[in-house]
Amino acid sequence: MNTLQNPAETWDMVIEPKTSWFDLRLNELWQYRDLLFIMVKRDFIAAYKQTILGPIWHFLQPLFTTIVFVIVFGRIARIPTDNVPAPLFYLCGLTLWNYFSACLNGTSNTFIANAGIFGKVYFPRLIIPLSVVISNAIKLGIQLLLLIAMMAYYAASGYQFNIGLTLLWVPVLILIVALLGLALGILISALTTKYRDMSVLMGFGVQLLMYATPVIYPLSYIPEKYKTIIGLNPLTWLTEAFRKGILGEGVLNLPMLGYAAGITIILLLASIMVFSKVEKSFMDTV
Amino acid sequence: MSSPVIKVENLSKQYRLGQVGTGSLSHDINRLWHRARGKEDPYLKIGEENKRDTKGSSDYVWALKDINFDIEQGDRVGIIGRNGAGKSTLLKILSRTTSPTTGSVKIKGRVASLLEVGTGFHPDLSGRDNIFLNGAILGMSKRDIKSRFDEIVDFAGVERYIDTPVKRYSSGMYVRLAFAVAAHLESDILIVDEVLAVGDAEFQKKCLGKMGEVSKGQGKTVLFVSHNMEAILRLCQKCLYLHNGAIKCIGSPSITIENYLKTSKKQDLTINLSLINRTSEIILQKRAYFQTISLGNIDSEAWTIKYGNPISFELGVLLRDNIQSLEIGLAIYNNNDFEIASSLSSDAEKIENLISGNHVITYSFPELVLLPGTYKIGLGIRSERGFEDYLPQVCQFEIIVSEYSAVDHTNTRKGVLVPKNQITIEPSKIHD
Repeated sequence: MNTLQNPAETWDMVIEPKTSWFDLRLNELWQYRDLLFIMVKRDFIAAYKQTILGPIWHFLQPLFTTIVFVIVFGRIARIPTDNVPAPLFYLCGLTLWNYFSACLNGTSNTFIANAGIFGKVYFPRLIIPLSVVISNAIKLGIQLLLLIAMMAYYAASGYQFNIGLTLLWVPVLILIVALLGLALGILISALTTKYRDMSVLMGFGVQLLMYATPVIYPLSYIPEKYKTIIGLNPLTWLTEAFRKGILGEGVLNLPMLGYAAGITIILLLASIMVFSKVEKSFMDTV
Repeated sequence: MSSPVIKVENLSKQYRLGQVGTGSLSHDINRLWHRARGKEDPYLKIGEENKRDTKGSSDYVWALKDINFDIEQGDRVGIIGRNGAGKSTLLKILSRTTSPTTGSVKIKGRVASLLEVGTGFHPDLSGRDNIFLNGAILGMSKRDIKSRFDEIVDFAGVERYIDTPVKRYSSGMYVRLAFAVAAHLESDILIVDEVLAVGDAEFQKKCLGKMGEVSKGQGKTVLFVSHNMEAILRLCQKCLYLHNGAIKCIGSPSITIENYLKTSKKQDLTINLSLINRTSEIILQKRAYFQTISLGNIDSEAWTIKYGNPISFELGVLLRDNIQSLEIGLAIYNNNDFEIASSLSSDAEKIENLISGNHVITYSFPELVLLPGTYKIGLGIRSERGFEDYLPQVCQFEIIVSEYSAVDHTNTRKGVLVPKNQITIEPSKIHD
C-alpha cells in the first residue's frame, strides 16, 4: 500500500530533524491566542494569591526605590535632574527601566523554568515569553498610575509641566522597550539551555546596564567624551524620549530613536530564529 | 482501504549520556567543523543500542533506531516494552516535545498528547481556572472548553470543589480533573502515556472506557503506552513492542504481549556480569569480557532447572578486538565449593576468528544429569594471547525435583550426578 500511495498526498504535519532557520510558524501563535491570555491571567492571579496587599506591591517597589535614589543620588551624590523634581525624575526613569528589566528577566529563563511543561506538551514556546511581556505591561500600567498621581501632587503644589506632542510617542516607546527586552530575554533563554554561563552574566549584567542608561542621571549631565558610548545604548534614547514625553524634560532625538527601533527589530528577528531553532531540541540538553 | 494517519519512517533518536559540560563544547565545535566542510555529523556514526543495564563504551546511545510503522485512522494501538525501551521517546517525538535525530513522522489531523496528567496545572488556581488553563495548553480554544465545561466537571466528579484551588484537592481528585480535560479534547489523534497508573480502579476503568468510546464512536486514533497488559488487551486492536529502541514485534495484541512476556522474563533472569570487579591474580589481556549470563531455558521463574531437563547457559561476551581463537571455560561447583566438573568449549567445538562486538554463546550440557541441590558456576575466557577474563563462582543455580525424580529415586542417591551408563548382559560361559 505504501508504494502505491498518491505522491500528492497531503499531511497536516511533518516532524523532521532539521528545519530551516526561517520556519518560524508564527501563524501557530494566532491559533493559541487563547492560551496567551489565560497565561497572562494565571501569572497575575498566581502572583498575588495569599498576599494581603496584592497589586499594591506594584506601588511600593518603585516608591521605595525612588526614595532611596532621592537620598543616595540626589542628596548625597548631588546628581542634577534636569530641573525636574528629583522624585519625579527617578520614578519616571524607573518605571520604564523596571518594565524593561522585568521583560528581560522574566523571559530569559523561559526554557529552564518551563522545562516541565515543555517536556510534556507542545504549544508554540513563544507564548510563554509573550505572556510575560503582556503581564508586565499590566504592572507597567499600574506603575504609570503611581507616576500620574505623583505628577498630580506636584502640579497641585505649583510645578509647571512642559508637556507637548511628544506624549504621543510614549506608547511607541513602551512597545520598543518591550520588544527589546523580549528579544534579549529569549536570546538568553535559548543560549542558556545548553550552557548556563549566560544566566550568570545576566544576573549582574542587567544591574550594570542600568548605570549605562540615563535612569539616575540625565543625558545632559554626561561629559562629551562618554556621550558616544552611552549613545550606543538604544535604551538611552528611549528613556530620554519617555521622560520628555511624560515630564516634558529630556531629549527627543528621532534619528537615534530610529536607530533604537532598527536594532530592536533586527535583534528580535534574530532572537526568534535562534529561539525556534532551540525549542526543537532543548529537551535533550536542558 | 483507509490510508495511514501517522506514518513513521526511519525514525531514530540519539541521546548523549552523562554530564553536559566542558566536553560537550568540544563536541559541538567538532560537529560544526564537520558541517562547515559539508561532512556528516561525526557523532551520528557512533552510538550503541540502548541497553540500560550493561556498561557501554560510548557516550552516545540510540534511544530509537530506524523505526518504521503506519497507523490507520481509528486504530487503537498499544505500545509496550521494558523501561528504557524507547516508548516515551517515541511519544515525545510524536507529540513534538523533542525532535528526531533522523527520519520523519507524517501526521494527518490534530494531535492531543497526554504524557502527564495535569500538565501546567497551577496549584493556586481554582479547578475552574485550571480547566481553562490546561485545556488551552493542550490546544483547545476558550470557546471549545466553555462548551464542554459541564461535561468535563461531570466526568471528573468534582463539582463541589470547582472553585477551590487545586492544591487543596486530594491526589485522586486532581488526576480525575486532569484526565477529564484531556479526554474531552477536540482532536483526531490521542496520545496517552502511562497516566492511568494513578487513580483508583473504578476511575481507571472509566478512563479506559472513555478512550475506547472516543476511538470507536468518534473514529479517533489512540496511541497508548502501558505496562498494564490487561488494559492493552481490552482497549487495543494493534500492539507495538519496542525493545532497546527497535520494533521487536508489531501486530495483534495477544501475540505481541505473549512475545513480550517471554522475552522480559528472560531478561529478568539475566545476571549482569560487566560491573563485577575482576580481582584475579591472573594477568588479564582485557580484550574479551563476560557481560551477562542467563539460563538457556526460560520457562522457570528463577534460576532453577527441573531435574532431568537439559542444562544450558547463555553467555553474553563483549570482544574489544578481533580474536583469532577463543576458549571458554565453565566450571560447576557443588554447595561445598568442590569443583565437580570443568568444561572447555574446545571439548565440543573450536571457536575461531571472531570479530569485535557483542556475541551470545550458548553453552549446554545435553547429557549432564545433576541431582537436586544448589550448584555454582565459574567462568573464564582465553584467547591466543592468554587469559582475557576470569570470574570464579559468578552465580548459583538450583536443580529442583521434577516428575523424573521419583522414577530415578533421587532422594536416596549419593553423589552429585547421575552418570549416563550402559549395561550389557550376556550369558556367562564359565560354568558351562
